[in-house]
Parts: sequence; structure tokens; C-alpha cells
Amino acid sequence: MTTRLHIDWTRCDGHGSCAELLPELLAHDDWGYPVSRTGEPEPAVPRQLDGLARRAVSACPLQALSLRPAG
Amino acid sequence: MMLTASAPPLGERRLLADHPSSPLPRVSTKELIDLLTHAGLTGRGGAGFPTARKLASLDGRRPVVVGNAMEGEPLSHKDAVLLQHSPDLVLDGLTILSDALRSSRTILALGARVPAPQPRRGIEVRRLEDSFVAGQETALVNQLNGHDPVPTDPSTPVFRRGVDGRPTLVLNAETLAQLALVVRHGSEWFRSQGHPDDPGTFLVSLTASTERLLPQAGVLEVRRGIPIRELLERGGTDLTCLEAVLVGGYHGAWVPASALDAPLSRGGLAPYGATPGAGIVHLLDVATCPLEAAARVTEYLAEQSARQCGPCLNGLPRMAETMRRLARPGADPRLVDELARLQTLVSGRGACKHPDGTVRFVASTLRVFDRHVDEHVRGYCDRDLPRRTVR
Repeated sequence: MTTRLHIDWTRCDGHGSCAELLPELLAHDDWGYPVSRTGEPEPAVPRQLDGLARRAVSACPLQALSLRPAG
Repeated sequence: MMLTASAPPLGERRLLADHPSSPLPRVSTKELIDLLTHAGLTGRGGAGFPTARKLASLDGRRPVVVGNAMEGEPLSHKDAVLLQHSPDLVLDGLTILSDALRSSRTILALGARVPAPQPRRGIEVRRLEDSFVAGQETALVNQLNGHDPVPTDPSTPVFRRGVDGRPTLVLNAETLAQLALVVRHGSEWFRSQGHPDDPGTFLVSLTASTERLLPQAGVLEVRRGIPIRELLERGGTDLTCLEAVLVGGYHGAWVPASALDAPLSRGGLAPYGATPGAGIVHLLDVATCPLEAAARVTEYLAEQSARQCGPCLNGLPRMAETMRRLARPGADPRLVDELARLQTLVSGRGACKHPDGTVRFVASTLRVFDRHVDEHVRGYCDRDLPRRTVR
């Protein structure tokens, strides 16, 4: 099952660790907030990046990042 | 007496007709969902979601029912007019839902400009703090739960967890009134006005940038799919000084004066990127610079950010500044590309649709007034030549 990276924007403070741990999917925008590189607002996570995505989720100090089933 | 009470209103004046009081029919949830599905009623608060599907998305737990009359959009006046003219219809809608769903609480939420109805048993009337985003579903639920009136992440929808942690059904005041009429007079009657794909009537808040264009602003009830021209004529518009029509309010889109045959329905407005939304129709006169008008709206929208989500908090003021610079004749042509970049940057990146609505408005402005943008880039504005020409 495909998962997507979901950002709770009300929590995200632009700490930036997610984009550093997952540069394949996320970059920093003009203000330091994570921005999807894939063009989708919530990028799909390819299987080979699953482990890194999980690390990025647990590294977020504000628990703003989560993995959701695509749907 | 019974005959008068049960006769359905004829013509396009339904919500704003006189409604003799008569006993409310009792319906089950299933009957209500079937009735609304067949009627094709969609939410009148802006998003236009099918009302039957909203009801069907509730699980078996006893829900909280909330009537939304926050009316936070400055150009909208219809909920105030509806609560002034036909408050019983709105309350009837709430009573029908409360009985059918056996709701644990039933609440009518009022913004500052909306008059309170007479009290009715079983319905709590709450006057809440309003703002542009306070009427958004999650923001409304937050305020009713005693928190700040700002949106939350939509991953937990209010129909699962809302007021008091219960499944919550939020319907706009006009939707409730329409629902009450459907239950009284049936889905066939409801569908006898409007377009088969977008049936019924709706309330339109008609306003204009100048009094000359529209001597009297007001709220009209018309059928869905009415051609814009017919609506404007009925409202008393002087079409000779009309530049464009903003449909759907500050989160809406422009329809140029050359396209007034477009019907006010979802299908008819799609080519312009607009929807009937909450029924806001605002007219722009030919003497006003459309980019100046749009810059003011964008500045307002930037101020109305709930300031929770980074891309909205930072991106909307940047868009507003860029629009402001573009509104000055002699504008740098690169501002247009910068606006395109900012639109992509804020779209879909917030807890609510405030950034997306702002992008829709800005994108429509650049598209519909492209010739005007060209003029500004070339150093002039035909709206006020003597004062505005530069160099």
C-alpha cells in the first residue's frame, strides 16, 4: 500500500529536519518550510524511501509530519 | 387554513416567501438522505458539497448538529437576510435534523452581523467571534469547544470528531432552510427550479464598487443557473459601466462583462474557474483600475490569515505586496512570473483552503485582466490617464 507524507501545517514551524533527512521528497521553501519536490502537495513515498521517511517523521520536534495511507 | 399552510411557494421566491406555520413532518435519517439525494441539494455555504452525502458520512453515534450562520465574508449578507426574513425555516431545518439524527446537541452559530431568531426548544443559539476564517468548519468546531476560532488539520474530519468530541454535522443556515423546504414540499418541487445538474434556488448577495453601477445593493433569491445578465438586470445594474463580475467572493473568480450570458451554476461558471459558492456577486465598474481593486482584496486576505500555517502566514503577504507593486503603472514585468511562482508555492499547503482561495482570486485577476497587466508593465493605466501616466 502506498503511503503519503502528510504535514500538519498548524504544527509545522519550519524546523527543517524533515527536508534534510528526506531530500529526495522534500526541499525548503522561501521561508524554511518543507515543500514537496514531486509537485503533489503530499508526496507519495516510494518503497525504497520508507525507512528514511519514518526517520523524518520521528525526527520532527513538533510531530507535524506523518505517514498516511494514500487515498 | 391547512391548504394555505401546505401550498408550496411558486416561482423563484422560496426562502424569502412568506411561510405560514404548519406542523413539521417527521422523517427518519434514511428518508431524509433519500429525499435530499433525489432533490440534489448542495451546501449553500461555499463548498457546494452534496448535503445527502454529508448526512450519510455520519456514523451511528449521536451527533452534534451545527447551523453555520457565521457569514464572515464581508461581501455576503444572505445569512443575515435569511435569519431576518425567515428565521423559522432555519430553525425547522435544525429541528428536522435533530429529530432524525437524535442529536446530542443542536446549535445555531451566529456571526456578529446576523440577527438572532426567537428561542426554540432544543436549539442553542450561540453568538460567536467572527472573522473571515471563523466560519470554516474546523474553526467553528474549535470555537464551540472553547478554543481559538482557527482551523485545524483536516486529517480528522469534524464528522468523525467535532463538538464535544462527537461526530458533528455542520450545515450553512441557507442549506438548513432549503432542507426544511424539501422536507415540506418534496424533492420534485425542489427540482422544479434551477438546472437539472444544479437544481433549486439560492440567495445571492449582490454588491458593487460604485453606487452608479448598482443603486441598491441587496440579497435576491434566484434559480440556480440564472444567466448573470438576468440577475444583474433584476438587481437594477447599469450594465454600461460594468467592467467585470466577481463571483464567489474574495475566494472566487472574475467573469468579464463580455461573458454575461454565463449561467450561475457550477457547470456554467467552470470555464472561469468560479463556482456559485456562497452566492456572492460583486460588480466592478469601468472607472476603477481592476489591479488596484484586486490588490486591496489580496491585502485583506493576507490580513485574514489565521497565522498558523507557514506558507499562508508568509506567502499571502508576499502575494499581496507583489499585487500592490503590479497595480502601479510602470510595474516590473517579472512581477507576473513571481506571482505565478507564489501561487504554486502556497497552493495546497495549509490546514484550510484560505491559501487556495487566495490563489484562485489572484490567478483569475491575472487571467481576466491580462490586457490591463500589459498596460501597467508598459507604464500606463487607461483608468486614470492624467494622474497615473508615468514617464
